[in-house]
Amino acid sequence: MSAPTTSDAPDPALRRSAAEIGRTPTGPRALPPLRPQPQVPAPAEVDTVLPTGLRVIAVRRPGVPMVELRLRIPFSDSDPRHAAVAEVLASTVLSGTERRSRVSLDDDLAGVGGEMGFSVDPERLAASGHALAEGLPTLLDVAADVLTSATYPADEVERERERLAERIQVAAAQPSVIARRALQRHRYGDHPVTREMPEVDEVAGVGTDDLLAMHRRMVVPSGSVLVLVGDLDPDEAVAAVQAALAPWDTPGDASVLPRLPELHGSDLLLVDRPGAVQSQLRLSAAAIPRTDHRYPALQLANLAFGGYFSSRLVENLREDKGYTYHASSSLEFDPYGAALLVETDCASEVTAAALLEMRYELGRVAVLPPSASELESARRYAIGSLLISMTTQAGLASTLAGLAGVGLSSEWVREHPQRLEAVTDDEVAAAAAEFFAPARFTGVVVADAATSAAPLSALGGIRVPGESSGS
Amino acid sequence: MSTAALPPIPGAAPAPPSSLGSTSGAARHRLTLDNGLRVLLAPDRSNPVVGVAVHVDVGFRSEPEGRTGFAHLFEHLMFQGSESLEKLSHFRHVQGSGGVFNGSTHQDYTDYFEILPAAALERGLFLEADRLRAPKLTEENLANQIDVVKEEIRLNVLNRPYGGFPWILLPPVLYSTFANAHNGYGDFTDLERSSLDDAAAFFDAYYAPGNAVLTVVGDFDVSDAAELVERHFGDIPARAVPTRPSFAEPGPDGERFESVVDAHAPLPALALGYRMPDPGTDLPGYLAHAVLASLLTDGEAARLTQRLVYGDGLVTDLSASAGLMGAPLDARDPDTFTITAVHPDGVEPRRVTDAVDAELATLGADGPDPEELRRVTARWSSALYREHDRLMNRMLALGSAELVHGRAELSDELPAAIAALTPEAVATAASSLRPDARALLVLTPGADA
Repeated sequence: MSAPTTSDAPDPALRRSAAEIGRTPTGPRALPPLRPQPQVPAPAEVDTVLPTGLRVIAVRRPGVPMVELRLRIPFSDSDPRHAAVAEVLASTVLSGTERRSRVSLDDDLAGVGGEMGFSVDPERLAASGHALAEGLPTLLDVAADVLTSATYPADEVERERERLAERIQVAAAQPSVIARRALQRHRYGDHPVTREMPEVDEVAGVGTDDLLAMHRRMVVPSGSVLVLVGDLDPDEAVAAVQAALAPWDTPGDASVLPRLPELHGSDLLLVDRPGAVQSQLRLSAAAIPRTDHRYPALQLANLAFGGYFSSRLVENLREDKGYTYHASSSLEFDPYGAALLVETDCASEVTAAALLEMRYELGRVAVLPPSASELESARRYAIGSLLISMTTQAGLASTLAGLAGVGLSSEWVREHPQRLEAVTDDEVAAAAAEFFAPARFTGVVVADAATSAAPLSALGGIRVPGESSGS
Repeated sequence: MSTAALPPIPGAAPAPPSSLGSTSGAARHRLTLDNGLRVLLAPDRSNPVVGVAVHVDVGFRSEPEGRTGFAHLFEHLMFQGSESLEKLSHFRHVQGSGGVFNGSTHQDYTDYFEILPAAALERGLFLEADRLRAPKLTEENLANQIDVVKEEIRLNVLNRPYGGFPWILLPPVLYSTFANAHNGYGDFTDLERSSLDDAAAFFDAYYAPGNAVLTVVGDFDVSDAAELVERHFGDIPARAVPTRPSFAEPGPDGERFESVVDAHAPLPALALGYRMPDPGTDLPGYLAHAVLASLLTDGEAARLTQRLVYGDGLVTDLSASAGLMGAPLDARDPDTFTITAVHPDGVEPRRVTDAVDAELATLGADGPDPEELRRVTARWSSALYREHDRLMNRMLALGSAELVHGRAELSDELPAAIAALTPEAVATAASSLRPDARALLVLTPGADA
């Protein structure tokens, strides 16, 4: 059957063909020009450091009667047990305080339409929360309570440990997580940055004493940043933070991630996932931080290469070849620098072909730089998407917290469009040639080795495991 | 243009729980073009950004038997070029104007949209009008997008643990008719059989201007935007609007049971599916289910979370949802209330469902504590505020409410309507989730895990 079953579907004889549908008597029409873009004044903001060493950024954005909170505490340690203890800490820090039980913490937040959550990665412990604007005092009171007197009750810790172990088991089965773990090990060896998720057995040994000790030692205000964005007065909000968080005065400085090993080009690593119907390709190379004068040029070169849908990588792999639903190139930042990450997931049978096209596009952008129109499109996108991402309270709060983590402020965001406007074709060509040269890349391919190893070996530049890990 | 411009909708509904006023951009203006296209203009000048969305009144429940996944495949084709736009031009023009775009296929509608800097309003309207007027449907693009959709399905369903759980796997247990039960992503064999003729017939039948709603939001002048809409959409010829079928079917007369094996899942899981009241005839009853879902599983103090995760330790992860796709009011009747649980190997599924039944019986008999209910509704208000702070979400909520329920205002009124629900209404909702009228789907890990 080829016609939809509606009671009044057009008579098949009268139906138009696909070709007829795509034509009108008027013919193709011209794309309307852009109009002038309205400018808006910067929102009222206070960015200050409290006596405890906590940096506080408060921004007024009254779109909805809400307030967003982001707290970011540098939280790195080279102890191999660190990731497991930190993960349990993030899962149990809201399990109770000297003043509140787990349930009453949640009830108090719910009463002001609020929520709060903690998460940890190798770089930082982060809290993210929000509440109705009138509930800011409650939100800050809960935050202060947790930061100064989390108790990590033994029974709560035991249960969360079990749940966490099960969640790790679930996550570790995700192809994207398998690929990420393999890439981190391949790129950075055993540097702390690789410990994004602990192993199940590492979590089992974590107890209340470990958590209280870590909390005392590492949950500190100095070097941390708190961001509030929403329907608030920035000066009053900072005063409210200062009053509420005054008891959070644990001495010491927050612990910053050690410098990452330098990335060099090397053979990719094939990781066998027997029977997989889809493969993960992850390529990576050294890049530069936002503070580098070449960064705006690299940002535009990356967009044109694979940083958005209208890029060479996506148009080739997805729209031309149909190998993938998703392909992208992005910049991953750390406190010192950045790395390029080029990734796609493709059907198993085209794994080698997709890798060939990725390498081809890397080489092409290095020697045949983006054209003037590719560059202009990337520039408009970079400026427009930055504008759009900053129009929500939550987006602005997260952006500012992220930038604060690498020592930047809202001034950087405000000035960035001008930097992007000033980038020349030659600067983009130079960045593309410098950073996208295929020989600079390393990475991993997670695939069914039985079907993919031979064609990948034929391409070369990839280390294939001697024998399958399965069966 | 036959204009029915309405004054801004007054705050007819009770004020939200916060005294701080209503969502920004509450002004709404409506037009209907001569070709039948309904237009909703919602200006909001707080940021120099605009949004354009087209909601078409066809979703995956309307696709014909033998063509599962066709509504979604067709959505992909609509990005592949139109009379004035070569393949890839749509993406390039949106992004090259500084904007972002997407489209999605739901049970009862398909949406297409972009968010752009205000300077690009006319461009956004042009792009949407061109493909609604004359999309370029070609064999080459069809073949390419069948491949892309298959990759999307491998990524989101076949190659991951719990792929399609429960939204693809539960409907065939709960429902009997093809429309309600089938897989909206589609079977590969059906996708591969799809022809260009199918695409032409689908477009002519469903993509008539009278079968769509155009929503424009953000930083614009209303009369200017109305003029631009007429300029770009006004000469799309009117076509017959299909009669919307009813998807009604009787509810289950017992517990319907199925089990599936998931080769990638490390832990067993189960999903319960129940029917919900028709939001078109019993909106409070429907919303009581949405609040019930929050009472059961949202937050540390939630009833089922307390009982199953913290009390008995029967369950690792737990979620309840009013609406098959996770959001309330996203579909017309019939829609599904789901409870999903991931649990350790040693736990019998029946222990979990017995505990769910016991908690629902308690809630049905006693209702929620008023303070417990107040906390849940406060969280609902703040969740809706946050969602609508993002122009894209506000636009999509307005457009889908206008198309699916005939009233964009529904989206604005939700916080107040939810705040007005009584403990008795929630108790009634809990009582309606009966063990002898539901679907139970049990998922067991396969050998691969």
